[in-house]
Amino acid sequence: MIELENIHRTFQVGEQSVHALNNINLTINKGEYVSIMGPSGSGKSTLLNVIALLDQPSSGIYSLNNQIVTQLDDNQLAQVRRENIGFVFQFFHLIARYSAAENIEIPMILAGVPIQERKQRVADALLAVDLQQRATHRPDQLSGGQIQRVAIARAMIMQPQILLADEPTGNLDSKSGEGIIELLENLNQKQTTLVMITHDEALGSRAQRIIRLIDGKIV
Amino acid sequence: MMIQDTLSYSYMAIKTQPIRVMLIILAMSIGIASVTILTALGESARLYIVNEFQSLGTNLIIVLPGRTETTGGQPPLFGATPRDLTLADAEALYRSHHIAAIAPVSVGAAPISTKGLEREVTILGSTSALRRVRHLSLSKGHFLPESDANKALSICVIGQTIKDELFAQQQAVGKWLRINDRRFRVIGVLESEGQSIGVDFDDMVIVPVASAQALFNTQSLFRILVETKSKQGMYKAVDDISEIIKQRHEGEDDVTLVTQDSVVNTFDEILAAVTLTVASIASISLAVAGILVMNVMWVSVAQRTAEIGLLKALGATKGQILCLFLTEAAMLSFAGALTGVLLGKITLMALQISYPDFPFYLPVWAIFSALAVSLVTALIFGVLPAKQAAGMNPVTALNKR
Repeated sequence: MIELENIHRTFQVGEQSVHALNNINLTINKGEYVSIMGPSGSGKSTLLNVIALLDQPSSGIYSLNNQIVTQLDDNQLAQVRRENIGFVFQFFHLIARYSAAENIEIPMILAGVPIQERKQRVADALLAVDLQQRATHRPDQLSGGQIQRVAIARAMIMQPQILLADEPTGNLDSKSGEGIIELLENLNQKQTTLVMITHDEALGSRAQRIIRLIDGKIV
Repeated sequence: MMIQDTLSYSYMAIKTQPIRVMLIILAMSIGIASVTILTALGESARLYIVNEFQSLGTNLIIVLPGRTETTGGQPPLFGATPRDLTLADAEALYRSHHIAAIAPVSVGAAPISTKGLEREVTILGSTSALRRVRHLSLSKGHFLPESDANKALSICVIGQTIKDELFAQQQAVGKWLRINDRRFRVIGVLESEGQSIGVDFDDMVIVPVASAQALFNTQSLFRILVETKSKQGMYKAVDDISEIIKQRHEGEDDVTLVTQDSVVNTFDEILAAVTLTVASIASISLAVAGILVMNVMWVSVAQRTAEIGLLKALGATKGQILCLFLTEAAMLSFAGALTGVLLGKITLMALQISYPDFPFYLPVWAIFSALAVSLVTALIFGVLPAKQAAGMNPVTALNKR
């Protein structure tokens, strides 16, 4: 479902151009569990951002569900992102003024889902991440593990086929991190494609496939 | 994205910055309040003056001797006219069917005295018709009786100021008053007119027109006031009057006719222009408030960069982000505008209490245009920050925390 063909991504940093992705060819099938590993600066995040449609490759072809998405305009990209891709961040990125339930609701608000349906789906999502008691709590009243579970609920609320996670346990203690990984793996068992960045070998090796990046190349 | 969601998102965002929001609302409300107050003042002044002119009399035509022409040479500034208007001219006007009343007016200044108290005042000679034409009312006694205009009766009606100055607490009606070297009996006292445009009837003595002509040793009239039967008849009466005067003045059209309409309209236009000017000056403060809104929005966008990146990652389009930030700017301005209108209303009420005689009036269109202007300001000044937010690169935005 995810097909990357000769993907290059170069950044201009001052006078120098940095080759963050160098001729990436990668196919990820539906329901796969892939981990992306590599040292810092190896292009892991850039690769994930390209897959998430947050970043456009400098050259190459990316097709998602057999649709070439490298030529879509901004609005079409937003729609594809909304419907197909869930994203979990290392730094959670919850909106501080909103409660857990409201944070989970945001993607549906952007998609224009009717209020009744929204409330029902948020309740279900909170139940799925075992946070139904915390619905009205704001992020500053939640622990790191709870915050990341809210973020996962938010990522999954539009029922995307692909879940991308950028070091989802990077800011958590090992016990909460373990819970988050289990949650993500459970989602993967329900046919969600899971792509996760990590530099923790133990974590990375739990995936079906490990992609190692060094200097923007798959090795 | 639904409208109520957009509104609630913007409201929540605004709520997190109460002090900044209060300041911007204050700035906006000062701008809106000054525009509404000044518009109200100008508009009230206009209505006040139009009312005053209408209270001078209804369906009024003023006949002035002499004619201002644009044929070159010096304009006849001080009644440089070939022929005087006379009492006979005034009486001849009754030939028109459209005329209801005619008050010839002769004016001069003379010293008046009684029991050693002397005062220099304006003496106005006229007939009983003046009361009807100028809507005068009396506090004591009678007005000039209906009699032959050529009869120089030794009676007079005095204004309230003269009554107070010369007779103080005493009864004035029936007393004798010396004007120049003639004696006149006071037969009535005018009611105080309060504020009035033009002529101050409070400080004036009214005598029969023939007496005034005798006092000042002249046959000519200062002007003739004509009241027509109806508003429609006014223009026909104007034609009739110039026709009659022409006949009597050997074919020369040497009078100037001023209708009350034209005077009122002129003042109306001048004051409307003044109101507009003053309101435009006040709207400079609105522009300043708009720049403040822009500043607040820049800060807002800068502070919420990571959030904008998140919204984009969650599938928000450029249009949606633009809309969210414009709504926020509009909400700020609208809150400011509402506060401003309220502030303006309160100020006007306070002014009304301090100056009860002057009718303060805030036109409804001014309120709506103030609200509209504030919204437009917000949208104009909010567009740049909102565009910046919408155009952000999601990856860079997300990495900024």
